[in-house]
Amino acid sequence: MTTTHDAPPAYEPLPEDADLWTAKIRRKLVRALPPDRMVPDRQPAYLSSWIYIFGALTMSALAVVIITGTLLALEGPAWWHLSTVGLFVNSLHLWSVELFFFFMVIHLWGKFFMAAWRGNRTLTWMTGVITFMASIGAGLTGYLSQTNFESQWIATQAKDGINAIGAGAFFNVLNFGQMLMWHIMILPLAVVALTVLHILLVRTKGIVPPFEIASPEGGAHADATAETAGVEG
Amino acid sequence: MSKNRRFNPDRDVNPWKGAYRPYDIAKEVTVCFIVVALLVIVLSALFGSPDVKSVTLKSWSNADRVDFATTAIAELDGTSGTATYGAPYNNVAGSGQKVGPVSLVNLMGVHIPVNPSADFVINPLTTVTGQPALSKALATFKAASPAQQAKWEKAYEDAVAKAKVVNNTLVVPAGPYGPVGVLIGELTSMATSGALDTSIINSSGFYSTDYTKSLLFVADSGYLANKGAAEHLSGDQWGMMNGTANYPGQPWLWLYTLWYQVPPFSTSWSANADALVWAFMMVLTALLFFVPLIPGLRSIPRWSRIYRLIWRDYYKGRV
Repeated sequence: MTTTHDAPPAYEPLPEDADLWTAKIRRKLVRALPPDRMVPDRQPAYLSSWIYIFGALTMSALAVVIITGTLLALEGPAWWHLSTVGLFVNSLHLWSVELFFFFMVIHLWGKFFMAAWRGNRTLTWMTGVITFMASIGAGLTGYLSQTNFESQWIATQAKDGINAIGAGAFFNVLNFGQMLMWHIMILPLAVVALTVLHILLVRTKGIVPPFEIASPEGGAHADATAETAGVEG
Repeated sequence: MSKNRRFNPDRDVNPWKGAYRPYDIAKEVTVCFIVVALLVIVLSALFGSPDVKSVTLKSWSNADRVDFATTAIAELDGTSGTATYGAPYNNVAGSGQKVGPVSLVNLMGVHIPVNPSADFVINPLTTVTGQPALSKALATFKAASPAQQAKWEKAYEDAVAKAKVVNNTLVVPAGPYGPVGVLIGELTSMATSGALDTSIINSSGFYSTDYTKSLLFVADSGYLANKGAAEHLSGDQWGMMNGTANYPGQPWLWLYTLWYQVPPFSTSWSANADALVWAFMMVLTALLFFVPLIPGLRSIPRWSRIYRLIWRDYYKGRV
């Protein structure tokens, strides 16, 4: 087995252990997620634009959303109506959500205009789009979980659209308990899992290179090539 | 990908053979997190967050007894928004929005049964004890034929349109509305005392996290609609993008909200606008999802040449 970490192995792997499930899984993991691609310290020279920062900003805002949401969950959904501390934590949650979507939308359009799906990166693009959709669901159920007039208004308005496509039968926006569960359990789990998958794909596939005016050799492209782009991040 | 497939600049790239430079991702992520966290703290300290109190049946009926009584009689006689809604709440012939010939809501059927007449009016009144006049009115109403009930309800609807509130009491002009006057009068009293909130919310037991019935009742009122419009939350005010007290709401829904504002969704398609807007948005979402695979659509970035701005350092000096 070849790995790139510097720590000496605790033991020498023996050939007779190679068929153990654990050994097979480890080999597959190291092959699929090589550490130098997961946490690279060099990037291609073309990676030089302010637009690249919006992926990291989106991830950072998501982290703040989860931290502030967890703080709100500690005291329950009605706490923030009764406590000034709770109200401030709710404000942190609201503004982190607003920033999260702001950064994510810029990130999305940036990647669109870079045609970031090129070079076997279709799945990276698709997981990004699904994460965006799951986030919209998380945002909606968050507004429905506020237990105030805004929740009532959004619930009674949103029901018509969701009912119109038949989804209201099992996704009842008027049912506070159901919406709270979706908001604090199901959708955060989905958003985080999709984000992790998205980031792993970004790391393994690398950042898409610019459109080429001509091939690196100076001639026109005749054939497509399998692009895995070395350790580009 | 096949080595022999013709190179498509909107799908393929060549392996990068140019230079690499040091790039500290861990530092970038850490700095980003600190900056975002500080920005969130500053925004929260400066602007806070809105918290407009919820509307209860009690607060609504105390604020506007006539509107409450008007809504209540519509629930009883089956003309309210909820009573005429159809699936998923009840069976109403001809209800249910369609996309072309297909009504998805009707295909799914009634999954959350709501009978406004029973759930909002008769059943809560049945829980009241020690009021002989109410018990008698209930017995008379239940024993009457549907045609007789409809006559009383129509008469009360006409009368309540001229109702007034005197000394915090609903005063409805006299009319041939039989026991319905007592029923709606008592229901209004229940509502103003707060007993109706408890009765509807706790109808399925002590604990409840499901406010479907209370919300549908309140949503049938003119009171909630007026309050929403005053907060700029109505559908024709780009409601979804706005929050209460002029805070930002869900601006990321701008495209979804847009279609409600423009023809034909706002005009000739308005009867099925929800279903059609959702269907249209699903198509647009599918296009966004599959854009890497759709010839023409995936070429837009290359045609737009915005990438020249993004990678301007890379293209500097290149032809």
